[in-house]
Amino acid sequence: MLTSFLTDYVRYVLKGGTKFYAWMGSLAFFILAMLFVFYLQNTDGLIVTGLTSQISDGLYLANLVFLVGVAAGAVTIVFPAYVYHHEGMHKVAVLGEMLAISAVIMVMVFVFAHMGRPDRLWHMIPPRGIYSFSSMLGWDVMVLNGYLILNFVCGFYYLWCKYTGNPINQKWFIPLVYVAIAWALSIHTVTAFLMANNPARPMWFHSMMPIRFITTAFAAGPALIILIFLVIRKNTKFWVDDSAIKLLTTIVHFCLGIAIFLTLSEVVVELYARTEHANGLYYLMFGLHGLTGLVPWFWSSLVLMVGAFVMFFMPSFRNDFDKLRIPCAMAFTGIWIEKGMGLIVPGYIPSPIGEVTEYHPSFVEWLMVLGIWAFGFFILTILLKGAIGILLGEIKYGGPAAAAK
Amino acid sequence: MAINQQPCAGAAQDRSSECTVPPASADPAANPLKTTRRDFLRAGGMLSMSSLMGTAALMTQSDNANAATEWAEHFQKNYRLMTPEEKNESRLRLERRYSDEYGKKVAVDTTEAQPGMLMGYALNIRKCIGCRRCVHACVAENNQSRGTRPGEKIEWIQVLRMERGKFEQEKMNHGYPEGLGIQVGGNAYTPAGQVLEGQYHYNPKAVPEADATYMPIACMQCEKPPCVKVCPVRTTYREGDGPVVIDYNWCIGCKMCMNACPYWARRFNLTKPVLPKEEMNPVTHYLGNRPRMRGVVEKCHWCLQRSRHNRYPACVEVCPVGARKFGNLLDPESEVSKILERKNVFRLKAELNTFPKFFYFYD
Repeated sequence: MLTSFLTDYVRYVLKGGTKFYAWMGSLAFFILAMLFVFYLQNTDGLIVTGLTSQISDGLYLANLVFLVGVAAGAVTIVFPAYVYHHEGMHKVAVLGEMLAISAVIMVMVFVFAHMGRPDRLWHMIPPRGIYSFSSMLGWDVMVLNGYLILNFVCGFYYLWCKYTGNPINQKWFIPLVYVAIAWALSIHTVTAFLMANNPARPMWFHSMMPIRFITTAFAAGPALIILIFLVIRKNTKFWVDDSAIKLLTTIVHFCLGIAIFLTLSEVVVELYARTEHANGLYYLMFGLHGLTGLVPWFWSSLVLMVGAFVMFFMPSFRNDFDKLRIPCAMAFTGIWIEKGMGLIVPGYIPSPIGEVTEYHPSFVEWLMVLGIWAFGFFILTILLKGAIGILLGEIKYGGPAAAAK
Repeated sequence: MAINQQPCAGAAQDRSSECTVPPASADPAANPLKTTRRDFLRAGGMLSMSSLMGTAALMTQSDNANAATEWAEHFQKNYRLMTPEEKNESRLRLERRYSDEYGKKVAVDTTEAQPGMLMGYALNIRKCIGCRRCVHACVAENNQSRGTRPGEKIEWIQVLRMERGKFEQEKMNHGYPEGLGIQVGGNAYTPAGQVLEGQYHYNPKAVPEADATYMPIACMQCEKPPCVKVCPVRTTYREGDGPVVIDYNWCIGCKMCMNACPYWARRFNLTKPVLPKEEMNPVTHYLGNRPRMRGVVEKCHWCLQRSRHNRYPACVEVCPVGARKFGNLLDPESEVSKILERKNVFRLKAELNTFPKFFYFYD
């Protein structure tokens, strides 16, 4: 039965038109580029990136943090589906879990990308390695792996039941889903602590970080999900209910509003007193000592986020699903910038001894980032296609459709 | 500090002759044909991802013995969990590899912390003239990377050049906020203490300069080091006699410690350190100045290879004005203890509760 599930799944996923193969092919191109860059990083070293002694982490850590948020954002589907029994959401909950799986895998690849010695990763894993409970990175690795397993089990058990036609065993499935919901919060909270628990970096050292991470995650995550759902509605026979997209739009709107509010609160608190600890934020917003590398990033992020927030107020954007893509894409991009160039990088500028330097990501770094995103979308496409096939009943145990194909 | 050890290089030679037939040698060069259990386990480990990368490293190595050494090094334990025998094996392996690589007899010392010793450091900031001899001595002593590409040049000591701040008569009518409504504050000052890019790479004709003061910094060897707390693999830790050290062979290069250090004391080897053969210092310590590899973090360790043998760190020795003092904090008669007792001392960023063992004082 398991083998037939696997063969049916793979057979269904492999079957696709020119459009599908063109999409996967272009993703594969970037994945190959990423592999090459990864090889460079592990022979020449991280010197091929724009990282320096002062700015010891950049795009990689930024994308890592952002994608943890996207992974956690999947809970905005699962929560209404299982807690409020929202019908439209319940239909697509498993797609959210597939997105979470892809996002966590991307996070893990980014972990590999940012490390100096990925060949020594086993040092973290007992019994040969050492697991440190005092290290936030240790906790982060633990909760991320847990989240991956939870989503994999929940998602594929659901698909398996749909495939075989067996009823879902509610006795352990529902509690597990609730655990996964709480776990989603934990992954982004721990990631926030990873940054925030560093008094050496005043830009990060405040207790607002976890809630800011969660609100931005619950805006960026569902914004991406809406975009993906709209693609699914257009390109597959699967119909995502309007009600699901509308609820997600509301969630994005509220969370985006809170995120903007928190950003502005930080600006007021930091810049009113304007202590030395505000130098990071000041550098981000206006530049310091004539160095203004991040200023365009900050303001473009703010414009994108506020613009999207205003657009979500307009019924013409909210109700027209063609136009809805614009604010969703804006919110997603705005938050990507805000969490990366707007939060991780200014944590390094100025350095703990007050030195202001500029961060110039190298071509290699951009290629790596693109490649990992391509890898994520590659996995996501496979997972979504398989899941949709099962939801549509096109992959079914002993089903004629599956057999014919 | 009554430790009298024989010179490291000689000690290494003696010990390697002692260990010609070690009980369970992990050194494949020593018995290349015998398949031990360890070799078998090692072969099993080849399947893992990490081993694949090790294979890649192997293939790029033309020297077979060297490659085998690296292979064994790859699977060694965290230094603190090693038995004395394993430490010795690891030491011999490193000595062989370094001697081969740098074309001279390299000794890797593994002297442990001595009881009754807690190293401490005091720096007289009134005396510092900003000559930066400590920086250069440190680089030479500790085998730091000295390349020219950005990221290849690593210095553990920064002598910060601080401009003297002042308040001027001409600026008395500059208000705050500048040019806006009713002014409530003054702007008669010139900012002091701001560090700009390159300000610790200043190069004046003569020191000290009239318009500057100097503030040398390096690792503060905190008693509660934030960098140690965040390390996910416990590769960096405070040794029993005080210094915070790194097992370079266990470091995974996650750079979390660099985020955590409030003193910007840690450096990352972005590439293989540039260390010319003739400039390489062959007297090394396992937790100290032995040559590092690509992708790991390094920092000041108060010259363990010297200080554990009753010698001053290189920076203390070289300081022409005697601004740098080093000694045993537990010994009431030591110079640092006397300074703590009699001088006004302060520590950098004391509000962070890191409790550095690096003190600043005035005359």
